Amino acid sequence: PTDQTSIALFLCHPLHWPSLPAQRKYMRSPPIPEMATQEVQLNETLAHLKTESETLKTKLEEERAKLHDVELHQVAEKVEALGQFVMKTRRTLKGHGNKVLCMDWCKDKRRIVSSSQDGKVIVWDAFTTNKEHAVTMPCTWVMACAYAPSGCAVACGGLDNKCSVYPLSLDKNENLAAKKKSVAMHTNYLSACSFTNSDMQILTSSGDGTCALWDVESGQLLQSFHGHAADVLCLDLAPSETGNTFVSGGCDKKANVWDMRSGQCIQSFETHESDINSVRYYPSGDAFASGSDDATCRLYDLRADREVAIYSKESIIFGVSSVDFSLSGRLLFGGYNDYTINVWDVLKGTRVSILFGHENRVSTLRVSPDGTAFCTGSWDHTLRIWA
Amino acid sequence: MSNNSAANSSLVIAQKAVKQLRLEASVRRIKVSQAATELKTFCLQNAHKDPLLTGVPSSDNPFRPPKSCVLL
Repeated sequence: PTDQTSIALFLCHPLHWPSLPAQRKYMRSPPIPEMATQEVQLNETLAHLKTESETLKTKLEEERAKLHDVELHQVAEKVEALGQFVMKTRRTLKGHGNKVLCMDWCKDKRRIVSSSQDGKVIVWDAFTTNKEHAVTMPCTWVMACAYAPSGCAVACGGLDNKCSVYPLSLDKNENLAAKKKSVAMHTNYLSACSFTNSDMQILTSSGDGTCALWDVESGQLLQSFHGHAADVLCLDLAPSETGNTFVSGGCDKKANVWDMRSGQCIQSFETHESDINSVRYYPSGDAFASGSDDATCRLYDLRADREVAIYSKESIIFGVSSVDFSLSGRLLFGGYNDYTINVWDVLKGTRVSILFGHENRVSTLRVSPDGTAFCTGSWDHTLRIWA
Repeated sequence: MSNNSAANSSLVIAQKAVKQLRLEASVRRIKVSQAATELKTFCLQNAHKDPLLTGVPSSDNPFRPPKSCVLL
């Protein structure tokens, strides 16, 4: 069956025929008011659609299951096991007055932007730990921030329901807030934002259940993405070589893959048992990882169209707030609500290291652009660089 | 009338859901064995370029302190 078939069926339904009083006159059953007849027919159509929906869902699961011939860790059995890892905090960035909620690396591999519950957005030089810029937002809970690819601007937003872009001035004394540009407008909090491969466009996700693509210069909405049934909490753009798609995760426990040009949801995965707080593409673009309040991280392969690995332990009972891969995709770093970072062997499914240091939840985690280190932000008000 | 329009919008929603499921069902899939092998190959081919995996000498990593500091 094709879309056209379903549309044709829809239009051919008696509900959509013009009424024929002559016909009704000769009906054997007692005359029924026109509206009630339509309602009965409408309900029948709805029931039919619901059944079709259930049938399609079952078929989808069956098709996916048919190709599930092996587990990822089985394919990786002969791969050499990883040795011991020595990763320590190499820098601690202090300066936020409240919980750090988000951070992002600049492409220059040394600058970092971070945002906090206290409404402040700070740009740091991670090598020296110096603060280079600071902006106070008009709202608290700045849940999202991102560095522009050029390194010349940062975007941020949160409870103000907006995403704003601040050009970074070379003049440290200049008031950044004066040059602020409001780009995105949602009807609920901004949960995540990311520039696309240029400074010209921003992708956002929101508590209003949608994602959206915006033109930075004009503030125009270029495309909106509807499909999540609840707050969208995170998003990640596919590596540029793999084309125009992105993945989002939400409170509906779903991870959706979207076509940026058409606005269409092209794949959807629903295996987590709770909110998905973080999604991140595997470096090849063929898969993505997710972290959830259900205390697991999972790996979904886009070409097999299914979950292919779960990273969990009985002893890990706190939610995962943030995940990212090392450069080769072999390691998956997860920041957890129990203040730790767990490092997973992506292929074998085992944990290779657990890192301590933060004194409260780890809320955000990103590997640096050249893969030499990763940064974490925490509710303990600090950021740490690990290498 | 209001009953009818509420039911009509349920119809539209149900239609969209069915259309979306048809689209997802028509996605081309490959076997997990093939997909997993390609993920593994990617990891192994790029392992040597992964500083967090292989570890880089302190002198090359801007975040790691250099090995020794001589105080005069």
